[in-house]
Amino acid sequence: MSNGAARLRAAFPADRAALIPYVMGGYPTVAASLDYARALAGHADILELGIPFSDPLADGPTIQSAGQRALESGTRPGDVIDIAGALRGGPPVVLMTYVTLILAAGPDAFFARASDADVAGVIIPDLPLEEGDAIRAAAAAAGVAIVPLAAPTTTDERLAAIGARADAFTYLVSVAGVTGGEVAVDDRLRGFVDRARRAIPGALAVGFGIRTPAQARAIGEFADGVVIASHLVRMIEEAPTHAAAVAALDAYGAELAGALAGATRAS
Amino acid sequence: MRFGPYGGRYVPETVIGALDELGAAYSRYREDAEFVAELDGLLASFVGRPTPLYRAERLGASYGIERLYLKREDLCHTGAHKINNALGQVLLAQRMGKRRIIAETGAGQHGVATATAAALFGMHCCVYMGRTDMHRQRLNVIRMKMLGAEVRPVDAGTGTLKHATSEAIRDWVTNVVDTHYVIGSAVGPAPYPEIVAELQSVIGRETRKQILALEGRRPAAAVACVGGGSNAIGMFRGFLDDESVLLVGVEAAGEGIATGHHGASLEFGKPGVLHGSLSYLLQDEDGQVAEAHSISAGLDYPGVGPEHSYLRDTGRVRYESATDREALDAFVALSQSEGIIPALESAHALAFLAREGAALGAEGPVVVCLSGRGDKDVEQAGAALGIDV
Repeated sequence: MSNGAARLRAAFPADRAALIPYVMGGYPTVAASLDYARALAGHADILELGIPFSDPLADGPTIQSAGQRALESGTRPGDVIDIAGALRGGPPVVLMTYVTLILAAGPDAFFARASDADVAGVIIPDLPLEEGDAIRAAAAAAGVAIVPLAAPTTTDERLAAIGARADAFTYLVSVAGVTGGEVAVDDRLRGFVDRARRAIPGALAVGFGIRTPAQARAIGEFADGVVIASHLVRMIEEAPTHAAAVAALDAYGAELAGALAGATRAS
Repeated sequence: MRFGPYGGRYVPETVIGALDELGAAYSRYREDAEFVAELDGLLASFVGRPTPLYRAERLGASYGIERLYLKREDLCHTGAHKINNALGQVLLAQRMGKRRIIAETGAGQHGVATATAAALFGMHCCVYMGRTDMHRQRLNVIRMKMLGAEVRPVDAGTGTLKHATSEAIRDWVTNVVDTHYVIGSAVGPAPYPEIVAELQSVIGRETRKQILALEGRRPAAAVACVGGGSNAIGMFRGFLDDESVLLVGVEAAGEGIATGHHGASLEFGKPGVLHGSLSYLLQDEDGQVAEAHSISAGLDYPGVGPEHSYLRDTGRVRYESATDREALDAFVALSQSEGIIPALESAHALAFLAREGAALGAEGPVVVCLSGRGDKDVEQAGAALGIDV
């Protein structure tokens, strides 16, 4: 299926912020992570699926160690793309991967395979706007969107340049830092989203450090999407059994979706 | 800024502004007379530059090299060439108004150099070091702490330089507004490889001048060890335009290339991205970064600076490797024939000459960058050599 960008744009509801939960592919095993993805897909507008990488610079300890476990259980990038394929028919999937994994596969082969699995978009945290012409061309040819990231330290000028390239949505990093910290829903975050809003057309999703339904609701009042990642990984880590993890994710997904439905959106 | 296809800035968006700021500050201050005078003054009075070019006659004779010269970076204050870069970057950070300095370290030489420069300027310093490296380079951990630096152990993976560098970058991403990250080798996102190479190019400039004064001619060859490759690029930059000078970079062959336990990214890796730049990289077929291996913590790194990747492809520099065993032999040979105990890193450059030096020496003088001294290695080398006290 092509035109991942259009599918992602359509996944943002008009009346509330989109829920974008994250699953690390292959953590703790490929089969288990597919179950977790299915549990969350029932509540998600978009599903983010991580490809484990040996040296994830943008990730904090939780996602690092989940990725390490996934690699130790033998997970390969192709296995994670296959998980996306198995989720076909559900919410659109965006892969989160680091640039060198795409280079190793070859950009054309990587995106062709992703497209065959109905992957709608790819988030590449170590690919800023100036890099990766070959990767962008291969993604475009395969109809897979590249979801750009912007940070509070991004200048207005760069925000505009990022916005000019964003054809699906833009991922706003809530805070300078790595994944898994604790977001502060404050004027600084609102100010950053406002600044991005002025420079970037299309939907803005906020991620990094969002844990609770209350935080999701508060951010859902001024952003178009909310990404929950490390906290969900920790829930899997802490669950006594696989079945308990699936049940906990299903219940938490419902709670998060409910919180976003209840958020009063600024017009 | 790229070296052919290599280099680039493959980093999270959060630090792009800081890289722009660093590039602009460096472009400005490298031309600033006051900055240059202050750095040159410190290199002379604090570091002890210029370092001597010493003719090693007995070692040369044992290697079949008539005129073998050692560029004595081991005589720099703190014991290695790392201070050339650390001092320049900390001075720059001070000009940029940064209050906090972070660094990664493998062998501890860069950590000590950065802690030293931070102490000199009264700045707070935090050094990331792999747990394994903290054990094998204990002396340097103590030195950093004495200098007032905080040493943060990194437990991830094998607890070596790769992991320490990743953790330092994560710190930088989090604290980028008031923190300068002093990268210790000619690696990382642009403009770091260029800044580090330029700050280390003092090695090659001095060596060229010294050999011309001593010999009245250029050397036949210049040899240096390569982990990330900062001492090597510093030496090579003095001779890149002298086409008759053979340049040789020596990587770590670890327990032997065939065992797969080595650090020879230029010989046996393929291009990929690690720590912000595209360069040769030890990796598996999926692109997962491999663990390197070397007896020397400073060469125990699966990547290499992007300029070396370019110089490899163009053929201007020849890259070779030496095993742990060969490096230990050279460590002993230099210690006992010249009274100089080298760093295990630097011993790799000598090990190559033990193997192939005679052919090079027949062509003329050979210079080796003796990048550091071996005090830090005495416990580990002593154990490997079975020295009983």
